[in-house]
Amino acid sequence: MSGPTLPLDSAATATKDNSAPVIVFEDVALAFDDNEVLRGVSFHLPRGETKAVFGVAGSGKSLILKLALGLIRPDSGHIIVLGEDVTQMREEQLYELRGKIGMVFQESALFDSLTVRENVAYRLMEEHGIYDENVDRKVREVLRFVELEHTLELNPSELSGGMRRRVAIARALITKPELLLYDSPTGGLDPVTSNTIIELIVKQRDVYNTSALMVTHRLQDAFTMATHEFDREANRMVLLQRGQHCNVPLSFLILRDGKVIFDGDLQELAHSEDEYIKEYIS
Amino acid sequence: MELISPSDLAKDRVQTVQDYVLFCLQAVGNLFRKPLYLVDMVRQADTIGVGSLPIVVLTGFFTGAVLALQASNTLERFGSITLVGQLVSTSMVRELGPVLTSLMVAGRNSSGMASELGSMVVTEQIDAMRALGTDPMKKLVTPRVVATVFMLFFLAIISDLVGLVGGLAIAKLLLRLDARQYWSNAWETLVFQDVFMGLIKPVIFGFIIATIGCFYGMNARGGTQGVGRATTQAMVAASVLILAMDLFVTRFLMATLSYR
Repeated sequence: MSGPTLPLDSAATATKDNSAPVIVFEDVALAFDDNEVLRGVSFHLPRGETKAVFGVAGSGKSLILKLALGLIRPDSGHIIVLGEDVTQMREEQLYELRGKIGMVFQESALFDSLTVRENVAYRLMEEHGIYDENVDRKVREVLRFVELEHTLELNPSELSGGMRRRVAIARALITKPELLLYDSPTGGLDPVTSNTIIELIVKQRDVYNTSALMVTHRLQDAFTMATHEFDREANRMVLLQRGQHCNVPLSFLILRDGKVIFDGDLQELAHSEDEYIKEYIS
Repeated sequence: MELISPSDLAKDRVQTVQDYVLFCLQAVGNLFRKPLYLVDMVRQADTIGVGSLPIVVLTGFFTGAVLALQASNTLERFGSITLVGQLVSTSMVRELGPVLTSLMVAGRNSSGMASELGSMVVTEQIDAMRALGTDPMKKLVTPRVVATVFMLFFLAIISDLVGLVGGLAIAKLLLRLDARQYWSNAWETLVFQDVFMGLIKPVIFGFIIATIGCFYGMNARGGTQGVGRATTQAMVAASVLILAMDLFVTRFLMATLSYR
């Protein structure tokens, strides 16, 4: 099942319109030499929604995030992000757009020559040029959000895998981006740490209503996100009652052989008749 | 091992040269676009310049010393041993000071830049930098190019001076020559063309060292093995290019400066 297509013009012009999707992929194709990785991928991400992207290894999931960020360019098709067609933009113009987007890389991609404080403050330091009280307050605030305030002066090499991932999330969140891109945020982590990361993503989704595209291998992570919400009073993720799942702003996208074979919510996924999807989620 | 056809290999080489030229143009063009990252330039100047000082001093001293020793053997046959200072000074200032200093700095820094930037590429730190709204060419490449060009200029001067001191040590201690005579010989033989040639070369070589190191680093592919390959290639390419450019620059300057 594929999601309804949205006219590109309306997506591109409605930058600040809350009803306009934050990401639109329209017939996007990408190949490396003779290897066609993406073949006509189309989908859109409505504002405030989180979309979990699945697919087997090498299906082009991570490429979708890099394409959305303009780090690589498609061979054909259009990609509208926050109202701007990234396929038509020059690199200098993309830097401004990327300021509104937060990205969490698969292996965290923290700058290993900088401390946690400098990593998290990086974007603000680039904007303001100095590390002042205001920057320090924001750094501490966002590190408190990921519960790592005590690691300020540590180097990335001194952190565990889960902590590095949380610092990467803090670095992505510090400028309060309109869109978050997560590349396998729980990949290679133990179940307890994975749960902590998912709780942070759910917290960001429910507290700040940030739109997000999340690439993952782990179906259980997406199911946790679909069946839980963040309780601000208890400051933790809580399980929803059975009838409330449809209210969760989460959808699923499944890639196969470079094409989108499913784009829909949890209910649609659970009732899909496609044999491949049935096998995938079983 | 997969065999590559000669035409594909040639195309690949031409493509690499084209990419390198564009890379250099971008690195220089960034000097005229904000932000300039002055702090990064100073930090790199410290790493490249101050960090290379010990090897440059040692290389310069021993080169000057061995030059005096080798020259004395030949000059003695013609009864011109007092001209040792002249020979050491022209050789060091025109040729050996800039070239050997550049080769030493290339060995230390070209490979260092390739491995540092290559590691950042394979661990997605360069992508992260772009995702955070920073141009890696501006932040990482241009400061390294500026710092290397600037510091190599002064390192070559230091190397020339230390080389002369090395020559003096041999002249005084082994050849029993008068120090004052050595210095006046060394000083008076130098003309504007010698000094100009000796100062223009490190600027060109500094540019080669930094751009080659950064180019191979930024184009590193294939994990840690790729980083290792980029490091080796950067050092070899920078060294060969320095020696090749030295020939052309020397010929060009000799022609244009109406050398004696």
